Amino acid sequence: MLETIAYSIFNGVLYGTLLFMMSSGLTLIFGMMGVLNFAHASFYMLGAYFAYTFGLGTGFWVALFLAPIAVGAMGALVERYGLRRVHQYGHVPELLFTFGLAYVIEELVALFWGTVPVAYKAPAALNTTAFTMFGLDYSWFKVFILLVAVAMFVGLWALIKKTRAGLIIQGALSRPDMVGALGHNVPMVFTLVFAFGCALAGLGGVVGGIHFVTDPGMAFMMGPIVFVVVVLGGLGSVPGALVASLIIGILQTFFLSVNFSLADSIGTLGIENSGFFGVLWHMEATRIAPVLPFLLLVLTLIFRPRGLFGKREA
Amino acid sequence: MTTRNALELKGVKKNFGRAEIIRGLNLEVHEHERHVIIGPNGAGKSTMFNLISGRMKVSDGSIKLFGNDIHNLPAHKVNRMGLSRSFQVTNLFQNMTVMENLRCSLLWSEGHKYAFWKSVMGQQAVTDRAYELAERLNLTEQAEIPASLLTYAQQRSLEIGCTVASGAKVILLDEPTAGMSRTEANDVIQLIQRMTGENTLVVVEHDLSVVFELADRISVLVYGEIIATGTPEEIRNNAAVQEAYLGTEVH
Amino acid sequence: MATNTAAGSTNLLKLWPWVVVPLVAIVLPFLFDSGHAINLLSHMGVAIIFALSYNMLLGNTGLLSFGHAVYYGLGAYVAMHLLRSINDAGGEGLPIELLPLVGAGAGLFFGIIFGTFSVRRAGVVFAMITLGLGALVHSSSLMFTDFFGGEAGLFGYRDEAPSLFGVDYAPSRNVYFLVVAWAMIAAILIYLLKKTPLGWMANAVRDNPERAQFVGYDPTIVRFIQFALSAMFAGLAGGLFVITDEIVNDEAVNALTSGAVLLGTYIGGIGYFIGPIVGGTLVTFLESSLSAYTEAWVLYFGLMFIAIVMFAPMGLVGIVHTQYLNWKAGGWKGNTGARLYILLTGLVGIFGLVCVIELAYHYFRSWDPSAPFALMGVTVDATNALPWLVSFGIAIIGFGLMLFHGNPMLKRKLGAKSDGGKA
Repeated sequence: MLETIAYSIFNGVLYGTLLFMMSSGLTLIFGMMGVLNFAHASFYMLGAYFAYTFGLGTGFWVALFLAPIAVGAMGALVERYGLRRVHQYGHVPELLFTFGLAYVIEELVALFWGTVPVAYKAPAALNTTAFTMFGLDYSWFKVFILLVAVAMFVGLWALIKKTRAGLIIQGALSRPDMVGALGHNVPMVFTLVFAFGCALAGLGGVVGGIHFVTDPGMAFMMGPIVFVVVVLGGLGSVPGALVASLIIGILQTFFLSVNFSLADSIGTLGIENSGFFGVLWHMEATRIAPVLPFLLLVLTLIFRPRGLFGKREA
Repeated sequence: MTTRNALELKGVKKNFGRAEIIRGLNLEVHEHERHVIIGPNGAGKSTMFNLISGRMKVSDGSIKLFGNDIHNLPAHKVNRMGLSRSFQVTNLFQNMTVMENLRCSLLWSEGHKYAFWKSVMGQQAVTDRAYELAERLNLTEQAEIPASLLTYAQQRSLEIGCTVASGAKVILLDEPTAGMSRTEANDVIQLIQRMTGENTLVVVEHDLSVVFELADRISVLVYGEIIATGTPEEIRNNAAVQEAYLGTEVH
Repeated sequence: MATNTAAGSTNLLKLWPWVVVPLVAIVLPFLFDSGHAINLLSHMGVAIIFALSYNMLLGNTGLLSFGHAVYYGLGAYVAMHLLRSINDAGGEGLPIELLPLVGAGAGLFFGIIFGTFSVRRAGVVFAMITLGLGALVHSSSLMFTDFFGGEAGLFGYRDEAPSLFGVDYAPSRNVYFLVVAWAMIAAILIYLLKKTPLGWMANAVRDNPERAQFVGYDPTIVRFIQFALSAMFAGLAGGLFVITDEIVNDEAVNALTSGAVLLGTYIGGIGYFIGPIVGGTLVTFLESSLSAYTEAWVLYFGLMFIAIVMFAPMGLVGIVHTQYLNWKAGGWKGNTGARLYILLTGLVGIFGLVCVIELAYHYFRSWDPSAPFALMGVTVDATNALPWLVSFGIAIIGFGLMLFHGNPMLKRKLGAKSDGGKA
C-alpha cells in the first residue's frame, strides 16, 4: 500500500506538473483578457510538433527554445488578426472562434505531419536512469520535467509579482479600463499576453509530447482536462492552476494504480453486478479514473464557480 | 385615518468589504405618497435602491413591503410582491420593439407565467393594455420600432412605462431625468405624474427643481444615513440639511 | 423570420414555406432514388430536428452548450433499448412510429435532471458545465457497457416491430417519410414555442436577464424550462436516428456530435428559424458528400465556421437576408456591379484556396505524391511547382481583388451615394 501511495504521489506530481505547464498559459490569458481559449491544447500540440520538426535539424536543446517562440508567434497572429476582430461581439463568439480554431489546427497538423504518431523522443542524454524507486526506474527526463515545471512556476511568479510588466498585467486583471487610461496600449498588451500564454502551452507541448505521444489527437485528449485544471484552480489564478494540477494528477494516478472497487473492499453486500449502482459498486477504480476530472469540473462549477483560488466567478 | 407604510426600512446596513456604504438606514414611505430621496454624490442612493429591489443583499437590518419582509429575496420575488424599479442607465430589451417591451412587462402581471402552450399575440388583454400604455407614453407612433432606435428621452419614458406595466404598487425610479434638457425633464415629470397616479413612488433625484415639484415628502441621505425626512417646506428650512447637502452655512 | 421580432402578423400568405418545404421534401426521394441518397435525406431530417432543438438554447435563450449530444444520445439509447425489447418480444409492443416519443421522453427526463444544476448561470459557466457533463456522460458510456453496449454499440431491427399504419419499414424510403413527418411536427412545435410567453421571455432573458427579473420572471426557471424542452427535442432526434440507422454507439453522445450540431447551427444562422434547418442540412450533406470527394472536409468546415464567426455572425441565412433587405430598400442601386464583382472575386479566391488545400492533401497525405492527380478536372503532378503557383496565384488574385479593389469600390460608391443624398 505504501508502495502504491509513494508511486502515485511521484507519478501524480509528474503528471500534475505537465498539466500545470499546459494550463498556466490558459489561466493567464483568461485572467487578463476574459477569453477562454478553447484552442489552448492545440497550441500545446503545436509545441510538440514544432519541437519534433526543429529537433530533426537543430537537436532537442535548441528546439526546446525555438518551438515555444514559434508557437507564441502563431498565438500573436491569431490574437491580432482573429480574436481582436471577434472581441467586439462579446465573449461567446470569442469562445466559438477558438472552438473553430481547434478544429482547423488539428486538421492542419494531421495534414502536415500525418495522422499517425511521430517519433518524437527525448535526447539520449536524458534517457538514462536517474534513480530507482520500488524497483521502477526513473529517467533523467522525468527529473527534467519537474525542473522545467518548477522553473516555469517560479518564473511566472517572479514575472507577475516583481516586474513592471507583471504590475501592468495585475492591473489589467482587475481594471483593464484604468490600465488603458494610464496610457498603456491595452490591445498590444493583450496580444503579448496571448502570445506568451500560447508559448507556455508550446513549452508544455515540447515536454509533454515526449512524455505522452505526439499525434493529432493529443489536443483533443488534453483539451477538456486543461479546462478542468483552470476551473478547479480558479480562473485567472496561477497558484490555483498549480494546486489543481497536482490534485488532479495525484488523484488520477492513484485511481489508475490501485486495484480497488467498493465491492472488493467493503464486500458485495449481496449487491449484484448489474443495474446502475450495482455496476458502480463493482467498478474497478482504474475504470473510474478517466471520469474523475469531469466530475470535479461539474462539481466545482455547481458549488464553487470561482474555484479554489479564483478571485471572481467564471 | 392612519396611513399604511408601503415601504419600511429599519437599521439597514450594507458593507462592501470593510467599507460601510449604508450605515443603519431608517425610512418609512407611506402608501400613495411620492417620496423623493436626495443626497450628495456617493451618499448611497443607488445602493439603497439595489438593496430594496433585491439586486443586492443587506448586511444587516430589515426591509418591509406592506409589512412583509423583502430583504434578501431575489429580485423577481420582490417584483411579484408589488415593487418595480427603473435604473440610472436605461435598461430595456434593446432588440425588442416598444410593443414587445411592454408586452414582456405585462406577461407576469397578467398571470401568464412560464406558459408554453398559448400564444402571446393571442392574449387580447395584454395587447389592449400594451396599446393603452403606449398611448399614455406618447409612443404610439414608435410602437413597432426597436427600443435601441428610440431617442434617449423616449427610452426613459418606455422604461417608466415597463416599470408601471409590471403591475407594481410601489415604484422606484432612479434619476429619471438624468442627462435630459429642461423641457425633456419637464415632459418626463408630467409623464411620471400621469402614469403613476395611485402608486407609491420613491424617486432618487438630483435636480432640486424637479424634486420640489414632484415630492409629497423628501428624505435626505448623507453618508449612508437618512438625516431628515419631511415635507418640501420642512426640508427647505432644515438647518442640518442646508449644512450637509445644500452647502449653505446657517448662522 | 427573425428571432428578435417574435411578433408577426398571422398573414396566411406568410405561411407558404410551411407548405412548400414539406412538398419538396416529399418529392426529393423520387428525384434522388438511390439508397445512399435516401439515407442521406433521412439523416438530414434528423440533423434538422437536432439543430432546431440546439438553437432553442443558443439562438433563443443565449445558452452556449458544448454537450447537447448528451440528450440526443441518451434519447437514442433509451429508444434502442425499447426497440430491442420489442424485437425480443417477437415484434409485439409499441408501434415503431411512436418510438421517437420514447427518445423524447428520455431527453426530457435527463434534461430535467441535468438542467437543474446547469442553468443557474448563463455564459461561460454554463458552457463549461455542459462541456463537463458531455465528457462525463461519454466516459460513462464506456464504463456502463450493459446500457451503452460498449464500443460496438447496440443493434435493433426496425422492421421487426409493429407499425401503426401497417407500413413496412424495411425500404429506406418509407423510413424517410416517417422522418419527414416527425421533422415537420418538431419544426412546427419549436416554431410555435417561440410565440408563447416562455419563448418571449427566453429572448428577454438572453438579452437582459436583469430586466426580466424586474418584470417578475426568474431567469433560472426560464432557462430551465427551455433547456428541458430543448433536451426533449434532441431526444426525439435521437429516437428517430435509431429507426434510420438501427445502431447506436458511443459516437451518439460524444464531443464530436455536440460540436457538429453547434457548428452547423451557427453556420446556418442562430438568429433565424430557418438558420438551423439550413445548417443541419449543410453539415449532413458536407459530411457525407464532401468526405467522399476529399479528405479535407473537416478543414473546410472549420475554416467556414471561423469565417462565419469573424465576418458574418448572423450565419449564411443572415448574409442572404441582409443583402435581400438591402436590395429591397434600394441599397443595390448603382452598385450592383460592385457587389457582384466582390462576390465573383471572392469565389475565385475560394476556388484558388480549395486548389491549394487539395494539392497539399495530395502532396502530404498520399503514398506517392508524384502520382498524377485530378484537380478540378485537370490532371496535375503535385510535386511539380506549376500547379502550386497557379493555385496560389488564383487565390491571391481573387482575394486581393476582393479586398483591395472590390471593397474600396463598393465603399466609394456607397459614400458617393450618401453624399449625393445630402447634397
